[in-house]
Amino acid sequence: MEYFLQQLINGLTLGSIYGLIAIGYTMVYGIIGMINFAHGDIFMVGSFIALATFLALVAIGITALPLILFITLLVSMLFTSAWGWTVERLAYRPLRGSFRLAPLITAIGMSIVLQNFVQITQGARVKPLPPQIQGGITLVEGVTDNGTIAVQLSYMQIIIIATTLALMIGFSLLISKTSLGRSQRACEQDQKMAALLGVNVDRTISLTFVMGAALAAVAGFMFLLLYGVIDFYIGFLAGVKAFTAAVLGGIGSLPGAMLGGLLIGLIEVFWSGYFSVEYKDVAAFSILVIVLIFMPSGLLGKPEVEKV
Amino acid sequence: MASTTSQPNIIADSIKDALIAAFLAAVLGFFFFALRTDIGPGGLDLTYRWGLWFTAAAIVFAVRLLLNLFIFKAANPITRGIKLSAPEGVTSVVGRGLGPVLLALAACLPFLLMWLFPNRDRQYIDLAILIMTYVMLGWGLNVVVGLAGLLDLGYVAFYAVGAYSFALLAQHLNIGFWTALPLAGVLAACWGIILGYPVLRLRGDYLAIVTLAFGEIIRVVLLNWYDFTGGPDGISGIPKPSFFGLEFNRSGGFAEFFGIDYDSIHRFVYLYYIIFALALITNFVTLRLRKLPIGRAWEALREDEIACRSLGINTTNTKLTAFSIGAMFAGFAGSFFATRQGFISPESFTFLESAIILAIVVLGGLGSQVGVVIASVVMIGGIEVLRNLNWLKDIFGPDFEPTQYRMLIFGLAMVMIMVWKPRGIISSRNPSAVYKEKKKISSDMVAQGEGH
Repeated sequence: MEYFLQQLINGLTLGSIYGLIAIGYTMVYGIIGMINFAHGDIFMVGSFIALATFLALVAIGITALPLILFITLLVSMLFTSAWGWTVERLAYRPLRGSFRLAPLITAIGMSIVLQNFVQITQGARVKPLPPQIQGGITLVEGVTDNGTIAVQLSYMQIIIIATTLALMIGFSLLISKTSLGRSQRACEQDQKMAALLGVNVDRTISLTFVMGAALAAVAGFMFLLLYGVIDFYIGFLAGVKAFTAAVLGGIGSLPGAMLGGLLIGLIEVFWSGYFSVEYKDVAAFSILVIVLIFMPSGLLGKPEVEKV
Repeated sequence: MASTTSQPNIIADSIKDALIAAFLAAVLGFFFFALRTDIGPGGLDLTYRWGLWFTAAAIVFAVRLLLNLFIFKAANPITRGIKLSAPEGVTSVVGRGLGPVLLALAACLPFLLMWLFPNRDRQYIDLAILIMTYVMLGWGLNVVVGLAGLLDLGYVAFYAVGAYSFALLAQHLNIGFWTALPLAGVLAACWGIILGYPVLRLRGDYLAIVTLAFGEIIRVVLLNWYDFTGGPDGISGIPKPSFFGLEFNRSGGFAEFFGIDYDSIHRFVYLYYIIFALALITNFVTLRLRKLPIGRAWEALREDEIACRSLGINTTNTKLTAFSIGAMFAGFAGSFFATRQGFISPESFTFLESAIILAIVVLGGLGSQVGVVIASVVMIGGIEVLRNLNWLKDIFGPDFEPTQYRMLIFGLAMVMIMVWKPRGIISSRNPSAVYKEKKKISSDMVAQGEGH
């Protein structure tokens, strides 16, 4: 039971990170209907920016850890957004209105470019960062045959889950209440009509990429703090799993992306906890296949209506 | 007159635009050029490279300014003289002649290479084999994506199935290449059916992500099932193909039988002709299938699935045949890959490989057979050319490692070709069903790759 609780907490933490990345996929898919393959690499770029900022802040002599973390978070969100904007401007906007596979290919190309750019400029070796936030709360302590087992909720996990929750709430409000959110929903429904009614479609799409990149940067920073190791290749697997999460939750739906992320995180952690670590990716993907076969539009997605 | 008065404006605009671009580059590059993290004695060390950062921004400024002045904002862009589309008559002549010319060139390529580059012939023939493998994979994927319009992001899975089938058959049952080749194709086709059956009712991007997932599942299984596949160590000692039972050995093999001097190049030439023949079979079968009812059904399915269903076409079976025939060709190519390398490991079957094959098909122009050839030569040949850029070391100093820029340039090329020609290099299609006269149409008029 204690083991189960511990895995549940770990799964929710990992799932929060996947959920944050998945939102970027689901928003872009909802608005322009393309799989943004470079999004996983934007997440990777975000974690590298966070790492460099963190080290630079330490180097200039700031000692208060909360301040460092906060500034790092803001800086990485800001700069990663610039990357997201640039990728959209260079690789996707020229192909707007072109046939569907063209932006998919430029997205894959952009993903290769970003990975190799980071590899060349920052080196191919992994970057370890020692754990910065230590300690935690012991929730339950149980006795088993092998001794005591404690369920730990570390401060790190609290920070990750709390930040994700705060961002999710803020984000949902942004989409439902502000005029930007309204134009986004309008573009999602009908771009041409939205343009006729005075919505700046290009700007709205750019901002969607910027927001997705900012959330990916948060996820990248969390990933760096949680695992303490990053390299130029982390974006691919995290990206594929986050996209899986978006599809699982129903692509185009924000709560769906978050739910899908949590589910993928839980599946992965429980599978490695109870069965085998090697096949955790297989488990996540198999669940995806099974869900899609029985619920082709995901858990919370709207069923696709096909018109002749 | 108008151009002279607006001249200062153009220059001012160009400089302003270039400054913005340089500023953006400086912002984006700050954490990558100016700062670098390295593992030092006490954890991670930060090094500062202001010079590199400034140079990068300056280069962006200069390039953008030149582009603005001469192409983007210029009244008479210098690219105006370059006609990208040749006149109508010429294209049709070139278009009709290109296929046979390429075919003739490919047929005598090894001898041409041996004659032209006597010292480096082995390297070039090896490159030709590699390109031909991608041509075959591209043609195979073209059946799935170009004809049936199903977006498959896990094509490399079937390539892996073919390669591992042959390697394992050879290891356990001592089966040679020629026996294993059809078996590998059949096994890959079976896997195509097994994987395709549950998922082919999905549409568009859902199908894409599920095929991607399958590709990853197969790779992870190959990587972790140590007892059966050798895991990350892979399988080595895969037998080489023989020529009607004649090995390419120093004694008692091919050379002795035909009474010629032994040369290790014979095996390369032979391998080249095997993959050439396999690729031609792929092409021939695809072109013939297009004329059969099943091929017509594929193309109809691509254009409109609902119309297809209402005409009584069994869409599941139609998709399944496209999927498994595509998989079969990948299986053939996979077992050829295994015999050429003599060693396979899961490393060779990553998502990047699927992406490269899909990129070749899309960049060449979906559904265009010649386009796939051109794209393979440009992309795969281009990667290999970038491997041999050691002369750049003389310019930038010995620390400069040109090979690491290979994939960066590859990715940039993918983006730029696609932005320049979204419909691929060959952007006209031969419809398979015609009403009165046979003529080429623009690729905008077909639904290829729309992912139904």
